[in-house]
Amino acid sequence: MPIYLDNNATTPMDPRVLEAMLPYFNDKFGNAASRNHAFGWNAEEAVDYAREQVAKLINASPKEIIFTSGATESNNLALKGIFEMYARKGNHIITVNTEHKAVLDSCKHIEKLGGKVTYLEPAVDGLINLEDLEKAITPETIVISVMYGNNEIGVLQPIEEISAIARKHGILFHSDATQAVGKVPVDVQAQNIDLMSFTAHKMYGPKGVGALYVRRKNPRVKVTAQVDGGGHERGMRSGTLNVPGIVGFGKACELCMNEMEEEAKRLSKMRDRLEAELLKVEESYVNGSVEHRLPHVTNISFKHVEGEGLMMGIKDLAVSSGSACTSASLEPSYVLKNLGLDDDLAHSSLRFGLGRFTIDEEIDYAIDHVSKAVNKLRDMSPLWEMFKEGIDLKTVEWQEH
Amino acid sequence: MAYSEKVIDHYNNPRNIGTLNKDEKNVGTGLVGAPECGDVMRLQIQVNEENGIIEDAKFKTFGCGSAIASSSLATEWLKGKTVEEAMAIDNMDIVEELALPPVKIHCSVLAEDAIKTAINDYRTKQGLEEIK
Repeated sequence: MPIYLDNNATTPMDPRVLEAMLPYFNDKFGNAASRNHAFGWNAEEAVDYAREQVAKLINASPKEIIFTSGATESNNLALKGIFEMYARKGNHIITVNTEHKAVLDSCKHIEKLGGKVTYLEPAVDGLINLEDLEKAITPETIVISVMYGNNEIGVLQPIEEISAIARKHGILFHSDATQAVGKVPVDVQAQNIDLMSFTAHKMYGPKGVGALYVRRKNPRVKVTAQVDGGGHERGMRSGTLNVPGIVGFGKACELCMNEMEEEAKRLSKMRDRLEAELLKVEESYVNGSVEHRLPHVTNISFKHVEGEGLMMGIKDLAVSSGSACTSASLEPSYVLKNLGLDDDLAHSSLRFGLGRFTIDEEIDYAIDHVSKAVNKLRDMSPLWEMFKEGIDLKTVEWQEH
Repeated sequence: MAYSEKVIDHYNNPRNIGTLNKDEKNVGTGLVGAPECGDVMRLQIQVNEENGIIEDAKFKTFGCGSAIASSSLATEWLKGKTVEEAMAIDNMDIVEELALPPVKIHCSVLAEDAIKTAINDYRTKQGLEEIK
């Protein structure tokens, strides 16, 4: 199998997480809602404990954690749930056009239901403009949703400043923190976050389980359930709890809490080295802010070389690209496009996401093989040849079809 | 999506990468696609003006593995054909030969475009009419 440098897509489960989960499959297999026998009590106890572990990581109360099937569901629940619950207060949402599809498509759905959405445009470094945000607020605004860390370029938004603006105007603040929780310290109290989505499988936990943090004090927030049927999770998300998944999620959170600081230091060193070496390749560019960024991500464009072709040349490395050829829809990355990058830079981009199990030798390998593959593809690229001849590609009349 | 063996082969051992002199009267150049689309192919043919046979063909491509393979295969097929025979190359021949999945068929279409554009460039230089 290739070397895995795509930890933004998903992460391998930590063996300690797997170990914690195993008893809950066929030994302590009870339904946590079975109130009348030991199978149920054991399951409930395990869920309660995991809920505490999850809450601790983000400095919330366990009562503020709603378990879901993942961050996509959490985002849906947050936005649609607020839209329904606060309908009498207003119907306007402010978000950013570089959010994950779970947020953007939920907003589209809300627009079909008659809601209004403002999509802020970030600067080329990925950061939103706080003045634009404040200007977009209306008396009908009920929530501002801005992701904590971006999944493609890793940019970290100014969360405290955003939440301060939200507080000032009495508006709820939701953050999709899927890429950030467990990687950088997140504190919903100190940072005045009212709702927050995150998931286990981005932090060395299992796929299929996530959480929505919903504030209970100052202010007390409620969301209308999007999944009905029994009233689980304080009436906000029905359905039998995924006990083994939740146990794993809890353990994953605990491990992150204990190991996050050291890990971030180690990963950012490796990431910086990878990036510095790859930037030695001619005409290579980092996408997104390098000052305000997750410690383990780098997104680099290699001009005049296409991303999928490049990934074929580094087949022993698992990474991803913003190129159209790599998407099912044949559209290039909308995140890179919305930063204002020309399409050809999106097509030439590679995203590296380092992780807990990444080692230095893998970085050495990546540096060597990516550089070689870029050079090989440039020898095959008509655009590189034209660039080297001094032709300004923007002036060429391309024969599109 | 796993690539077919032939696509991988063309990617690892591309045939006929290079550049012919586009100012020569017997060289036809087809530059198709656009950087914004993520696909640009440059296909060139060198034709024997007396007997109309394509003596040499070269390509360079900015694009995915399937695009590279399609244009590489095209240069292989072009060599030794007459210009008329080359016009008859259909993109579905490329799809079949490389076992391209549906989402990559457009790469073969671009290669066919490149062939026809190169041929018409040659014909124009020779004072002949373009073939549609």
